[in-house]
Amino acid sequence: MRMRKTWSFGRVPAACGTALLLESCRSVGVLDPQGPVSAAEKLILFNATGIMLVVVAPVILLTLAFAWWYRASNKRAKFRPELVYSGSIELVVWAIPAMVVFLLAGVAWIGAHELDPAAKLQSDSKPLRVEVVSLDWKWLFIYPDLRVASVNQLIVPVGAPIEFALTSATVMNAFFIPQLGTQIYTMPGMTTHLNLMADRAGSYPGLSSHFSGDGFSDMQFMVQALPGAEFDAWLEHARGGAEVLNTDAYDELAKPTKKVATRSYADVDPMIYEHILQLAAPMAAPSAETK
Amino acid sequence: MSASAASESIGVPTAIAAFGGDGPAPVRIVVGYGFWIFLLSDIIMFSALFAAYAVLSGQTDGGPTPHSLFELKHVAIETLCLLFSSYTCGLGSLFIERRRLKLFFILFAATFALGAIFLSLEFSEFAGMLAQGAGPSRSAFLSSFFSLVGLHGAHVTVGLLWLAFMMAQVAAQGPREYVLRRILCFSLFWHALDIIWVAVMSLVYLMGARI
Amino acid sequence: MGKLTWAAIPLDNPIQMGASVFVMVFIGSVLAIVTFKGWWKYLWSEWLTTTDHKRVGVMYVLLALLMLLRGFVDAIMMRSQLAIAAGSAPGYLPPQHYDQIFSAHGTIMIFFMAMPFMVGLMNFVVPLQLGVRDVAFPVLNAVSFWLTATGALLVNVSLVIGEFARTGWLAYPPLSELQFSPGVGVDYYLWSLQIAGVGTLLSGINLVTTILKLRAPGMGYMRMPVFCWTALASNLLIVAAFPILTATLGMLLLDRYIGAHFFTNDGGGNAMLYFNLIWAWGHPEVYILILPAFGVFSEVIATFTGKALFGYRSMVMATMAICILSFMVWLHHFFTMGAGANVNAFFGIMTMIIAIPTGVKVFNWLFTLYGGRVRFEVPVLWAIGFMVTFVIGGLTGVLMAVPPADFVLHNSVFLVAHFHNVIIGGVLFGAMAGYNYWFPKVFGFTLDKRLGQLSFWCWLIGFYVAFMPLYVLGLFGMTRRMQHYANTEWQPYLIVAEAGAILILCGILATIAQLVVSIRSRANRRDLSGDPWDGRTLEWSTTSPPPRYNFAVLPRVESQDAFAFMKASGTAGEFPEQYESIELPGNSPNGFVTAFFAVITGFALIWHIWWMAILGILCALLTLLAFGWIERVNVEISGEELARDARARMPRAEPV
Repeated sequence: MRMRKTWSFGRVPAACGTALLLESCRSVGVLDPQGPVSAAEKLILFNATGIMLVVVAPVILLTLAFAWWYRASNKRAKFRPELVYSGSIELVVWAIPAMVVFLLAGVAWIGAHELDPAAKLQSDSKPLRVEVVSLDWKWLFIYPDLRVASVNQLIVPVGAPIEFALTSATVMNAFFIPQLGTQIYTMPGMTTHLNLMADRAGSYPGLSSHFSGDGFSDMQFMVQALPGAEFDAWLEHARGGAEVLNTDAYDELAKPTKKVATRSYADVDPMIYEHILQLAAPMAAPSAETK
Repeated sequence: MSASAASESIGVPTAIAAFGGDGPAPVRIVVGYGFWIFLLSDIIMFSALFAAYAVLSGQTDGGPTPHSLFELKHVAIETLCLLFSSYTCGLGSLFIERRRLKLFFILFAATFALGAIFLSLEFSEFAGMLAQGAGPSRSAFLSSFFSLVGLHGAHVTVGLLWLAFMMAQVAAQGPREYVLRRILCFSLFWHALDIIWVAVMSLVYLMGARI
Repeated sequence: MGKLTWAAIPLDNPIQMGASVFVMVFIGSVLAIVTFKGWWKYLWSEWLTTTDHKRVGVMYVLLALLMLLRGFVDAIMMRSQLAIAAGSAPGYLPPQHYDQIFSAHGTIMIFFMAMPFMVGLMNFVVPLQLGVRDVAFPVLNAVSFWLTATGALLVNVSLVIGEFARTGWLAYPPLSELQFSPGVGVDYYLWSLQIAGVGTLLSGINLVTTILKLRAPGMGYMRMPVFCWTALASNLLIVAAFPILTATLGMLLLDRYIGAHFFTNDGGGNAMLYFNLIWAWGHPEVYILILPAFGVFSEVIATFTGKALFGYRSMVMATMAICILSFMVWLHHFFTMGAGANVNAFFGIMTMIIAIPTGVKVFNWLFTLYGGRVRFEVPVLWAIGFMVTFVIGGLTGVLMAVPPADFVLHNSVFLVAHFHNVIIGGVLFGAMAGYNYWFPKVFGFTLDKRLGQLSFWCWLIGFYVAFMPLYVLGLFGMTRRMQHYANTEWQPYLIVAEAGAILILCGILATIAQLVVSIRSRANRRDLSGDPWDGRTLEWSTTSPPPRYNFAVLPRVESQDAFAFMKASGTAGEFPEQYESIELPGNSPNGFVTAFFAVITGFALIWHIWWMAILGILCALLTLLAFGWIERVNVEISGEELARDARARMPRAEPV
């Protein structure tokens, strides 16, 4: 009974704080989840904080209370210099953190598995594959099945799981859309995997969260989640454009630039992603040497 | 407050509380102990390079592989030289403790010679690899190989310089206490290099030659 | 002259030029004053060539305080930039400059402020608390200090000549490789840290040997003060972790200097390897910093409550548990690299397990307060402030140890707030507590109390005002190391953060004022008894300051809290009948000269001036050999002199 009371006591200030924040700001990132991944992660944040506050808040209060009550000028406080060891207090003192950790370890184990970035998301809609490349200092999004691409703008259908395959053209970056959840590093010559989904239509800002040089602060992009029909309309429009993403266009794009305007490509070389992987981390052919 | 009451009040019987209470250790033990701790830290540095080698040894970038580069015959001779030099070093330090300086000089000169043979074999191996374009900048495998084996070789080089310096010091100043302490440290160093070489030989050369 | 040209001096950058001119004028004036007042002989023989652990400790802390000022200037510059660079406003610091500032801020604060502060406190206090005369290897101790000072100097030279790294304080590849950082900045970073790292490693070996092999008679392991236990754990971590740093930075140096492929994009290099190695060092490093602070708080809380520390045995066990566990958690610094659920979960759970012994320590301090008589001197303020602040930082740390939570918080300013929370709330508060606590012992007079209180409150309130907004902004999705930001709704929070930084500045100024005022009024605040706080450990049984030899006769230890036991059983004021002569190592220029050549070598290597580098290394080697050839000079202190010192000691004042 008492556990429940302290539980909600810990969450009420947090909830109030959130309400205040939501009132004052439009988009509040992690606190405003728009997809199943970010919603689950926000829940874990609050649960874990609440569990820990059960111990941390009393410790803080007791520290201040003991320091004040046992101040030297307080004649009413009992001076107990012989209290330097107590087996029962020791037991409690090791047990409380251990129990909290045990509980959180369960949260961590289950959460790490359920929210593994590579784990595919369940949905009735067909998944959409997107290949993401971080360049200096912009983002390239390739839709390998749809044969279109765009820069600094990611259009996705609402309710469809997006299966990302990510890499970097030069240095490490990290792909992060706070309102949709989990971020993941992008590394040259390697592919990382991420699965996200947008539950509602809207515009969600995205950024790089791993420092990558002078233009890092401008590596921002916008995610537009569109309902099915509008997504198809966008796709039509993109396919009608003039630019094509072949290796020449890519070389031009790859030059270091900042504050790059959004653009899209009407057609995409099917081997462009492999080409980018090879360019970023050149590897000679497997060794033919024998002895 | 009696001593036993003092320690029992913290939950520890007096015998345990007083354990380790023999006072400051003699200088020779302190110096040897501190040098041991240094050697352990050095082994950890090698461990980091072993870890890098483990990760990168397969990354030949289409270039020379371990199998194509390693000559196990030379490695065997290098190993024998180093192991035998540890033996002569050990004997030499025993003799100087007994103040038998002539034997000390002979055995330490032998240690020097064996170490020098090891180094010259290693230099010629490296030179050969560089000549065929298999230098540390060719691939990640070669970077990690040269740094690991090269760091060991650098330690052997420093050891030989140290060895020569101390032989000169004993010749000029005689077997003074502080020189004897350093000879103790040197022999610890030399034996540790041996241990590291055994690891290098096994994990790098023997395993590499099978690829 | 290698790559060095006149273009290396940043004439086109007014802020850097202004700072360089200021620093050079400051150093010039100090040198001029020393020359005109004829203080060189004193400085050389009493400080620059000293092998006395007490003097070396003072120099470490002095270095730390200077570097605190330098690192803090970087901090205020960053906060000011972010307070104005909202929306389309560019701010006053272009990215190339801003990136150097945050890299220098982190590097200086960790390596040249926090480390030297803790090492300095341990240097001064540990031999005194163990009841011995010096550390195991006094000359090596001096060399260690001077090598650390060399690293600090090289980092600051980058302000005037050339540039600093623009990669962050850990210089992750591929960004730190030649391909993406062709300038000298990363080289300044690498060579400074390699040189300082050697110094730190040697110091670690020194203190481990001292604590394990040099203790007063009767001082068994379970009678050592808790500060010595935490110093032992911290230095064991130094011995085990710093070689990894040396190896890893060495590999990056090989990549940059001979074209190796450890972490490059081409040739089969693997940047993830760097992450693993550098954090295998990096995580123990933060425990190296916090453990001595925990030790300071144990001493302070026990002394100022008038009772022994609660739970000595479990404190020791918790300390050694933290020592071992700190090597098993490193992957939590890059959960988002895609290692997979099992690996992430394992490291997340190991990270949480470290919270158990840490929690045990907090409870033990709590129960030391319970039933005590708390005297609110300045060190206790810092201790209470720590207990409240550090647990919040610990909470956010354990929060991020849950991998899915980290997936949305990694690299955000929430992370920045967390680590400042634990480093300021833990390490810095511990440094300030130790500084105020042991100052009378070091210099023989107490520090002004009111300015100490002012400094504490400014730091405490300033910390919360500066970093709580960052927790909020991290949840809003703001990432770290941004030079400007598009979302103008973040600006009010960043302005509040700037106000907090200004408050902290007031705290630093108050500390400086406290020192100046205390020095001026020192005649009125002399510590005549050697025991101004009614201390419990052996350092308080000596005069303030202690004589060169610390103890004329090594004390015979019969209990934990040795000095409290001596006072309680009436043996504290006793003087031995007989004094035997003792020998101590004399001064040695070894450290200073080695450092001189290290500076030349480091600078030459950074600028690719090969002839100068070879010359520097050869001279350093010759120095080593020359000092090795000659027998070390010892100083003998006769029994008569010891007896005279004892008679001259003022009668001990009655403990409070």
